[in-house]
Amino acid sequence: MKEVYLDNNATTMVAGEVLDEMLPYFHDFYGNPSSMHSFGGQVARKLTEARQRVAALLGADPEEIIFTSCGTESDNTAITSALANNPTKNHIITSRVEHPAVKVLCEHLAQKGYRVTMLPVNAEGLLDMDEYEASLTPDTAVVSIMWANNETGVIFPVEEAAHLARERGIPFHTDAVQAVGKIPITMKSNSIDMLSLSGHKLHAPKGVGVLYVRKGTRFSPFLIGGHQEKGRRGGTENVPSIIALGKACELAGGNMEKENTHVRSLRDRLEAELLRAIPQSKVNGTIKKRLPNTTNISFEFIEGESILLLMDQYGICASSGSACTSGSLQPSHVLRAMGVPYTMAHGSIRFSLSVYNTAEDIDLVIRELPPIIAKLRVLSPYWATSQGACATA
Amino acid sequence: MWEYTDKVREHFLNPKNTGEIENPDGVAEVGSIACGDALKLSFKLDENKRIADARFKTFGCASAIASASALTEILKGKTIEEAMKITNQDIADYLGGLPPEKMHCSVLGQEALEKAIENYQGVSHKKPDEEIVCVCFGVTDGEIERAVRQNHLTTVEEVTNYTKAGGGCGNCHDKIQAIIDRIYATKKPEEGPAERPKISNIQKIRMIEETIEREIRPSLKHDGGDIELVDVVGNRVLVAMRGACATCQASQATMKGFVEWKLKEFVSPDLIVEEVAS
Repeated sequence: MKEVYLDNNATTMVAGEVLDEMLPYFHDFYGNPSSMHSFGGQVARKLTEARQRVAALLGADPEEIIFTSCGTESDNTAITSALANNPTKNHIITSRVEHPAVKVLCEHLAQKGYRVTMLPVNAEGLLDMDEYEASLTPDTAVVSIMWANNETGVIFPVEEAAHLARERGIPFHTDAVQAVGKIPITMKSNSIDMLSLSGHKLHAPKGVGVLYVRKGTRFSPFLIGGHQEKGRRGGTENVPSIIALGKACELAGGNMEKENTHVRSLRDRLEAELLRAIPQSKVNGTIKKRLPNTTNISFEFIEGESILLLMDQYGICASSGSACTSGSLQPSHVLRAMGVPYTMAHGSIRFSLSVYNTAEDIDLVIRELPPIIAKLRVLSPYWATSQGACATA
Repeated sequence: MWEYTDKVREHFLNPKNTGEIENPDGVAEVGSIACGDALKLSFKLDENKRIADARFKTFGCASAIASASALTEILKGKTIEEAMKITNQDIADYLGGLPPEKMHCSVLGQEALEKAIENYQGVSHKKPDEEIVCVCFGVTDGEIERAVRQNHLTTVEEVTNYTKAGGGCGNCHDKIQAIIDRIYATKKPEEGPAERPKISNIQKIRMIEETIEREIRPSLKHDGGDIELVDVVGNRVLVAMRGACATCQASQATMKGFVEWKLKEFVSPDLIVEEVAS
């Protein structure tokens, strides 16, 4: 059975071109880029190329790119660096819908004595920019707001938010793990000081990430050790993965248009057909400012894990914000922050596409999912009740 | 992905006895949509007062659906007296075990069964004194205490796995710990460990063997498992788990919680139990 992979916000396939580019650097060209000999030197040149390719995708300078081990390391580095460089300030601003890499770190910092403002979102998953602006104080050490939400795909106005922070001299970080490669980003024309990205979300392997740090930003390293990354991140470079990430960024730049035409139209058709075929279903998050590849749909009165496991029978891969799949007993913090009712939150499914999806993939889901939903609803004690209520209302 | 047994998958993909019985002899609905799982159970008796049919409707994950399906299969042919003896562990055992984090699905089944039998008998065993401990999931001190006693739970995390209590905001963790402490404190013998005379190594090993035989093995055997004493090194008691215990994901918790507690109580409070590959 062929997988129909619609879980690209979780991780992506390493692109064939990316794999080809990285493979020689395991066995044939295994030299250390820091070495004096030319065997290592050729690897160093390849790293330089990778750095240029990442910078090109971000509209940044190569020297503003620091390679890390993952998005989480980039997020942790950015926030702790900003705090270390503003030792007299005690206030952090973030949102209630951040990825755990930022959210849990901020909760941890709150326990250590920092005052943390977690900005709420409305029912559409959007921030109130007036409330954001009002939360900026002379005591604010750092702002960290994601560029696009991993669960709903909702895009935040981080460039505007960064501008407001810059006016007050407050460093601004964004977790752009889901945004990079899907929407155009030009760091040269915005005020964002630090940006995190992750390789495995854009068809590079797991275990490599980037922290962009704007030239002139005061910076303290997270990993202290060797002189790698100009002393900003100790540790021998993950050479094959960095080379892979460079290639993946080059591909992403070329695929940006396809992402916003082909992928967007597949996503829109999937969403429209499911909403049409399945009663009492609803999209979570605004559809006006959203990543082109993501849709988060709730199916009322049933539970997400059951839906996922029944879809698994057909090779369909997606994810859910239900309690049973979130690793806790509560449904997704993102959906709860948006005030999505429990009847809807437990039955939420996220489909996230990539340029490798086809019309046939979408056809299969449109064909197989409605009967799955119907089967689970027959089992649900709430479904019949709700239908009765509707009939008499 | 959860590690479900084939039996759980089978009962999830093809659940047995779904739906509701018209004019049931006993019916109950437990759980809520806010909590993430709910179960409606109904049954009908035959002329010999045995359960002729049992049916369910469930809102929940794969293991909730499988647990409810398993419960209805277990129930068929049972008398009310026999049905009253069914525990959540019986449901989990029928399914070849559930992941520790999913044990609350089996507890939900047991609760539905208890309430459905109360409904049939026309009585309510509700204890008016019970107080809600976990506000997020509406779990009472009585429910927590029953789960702790029946399943030998020793940590807050285990209580959360079995009852969901403490799985939300976490404000009740201290209260749950207090309940656990109270249960095990009252079970301890009167004489303190300080008054226990010094024992020789030979005596110690003999006492450990006796305690395993008398206090530990019967409980493990009840769950299809067994235990073997491998060695005693100082105060380290090395044991190997057998049968169901050897493959049970909860056995680590069983080891620490149950075996060690028994040995500390009956032999010496200094003992530490370690599981070894035999």
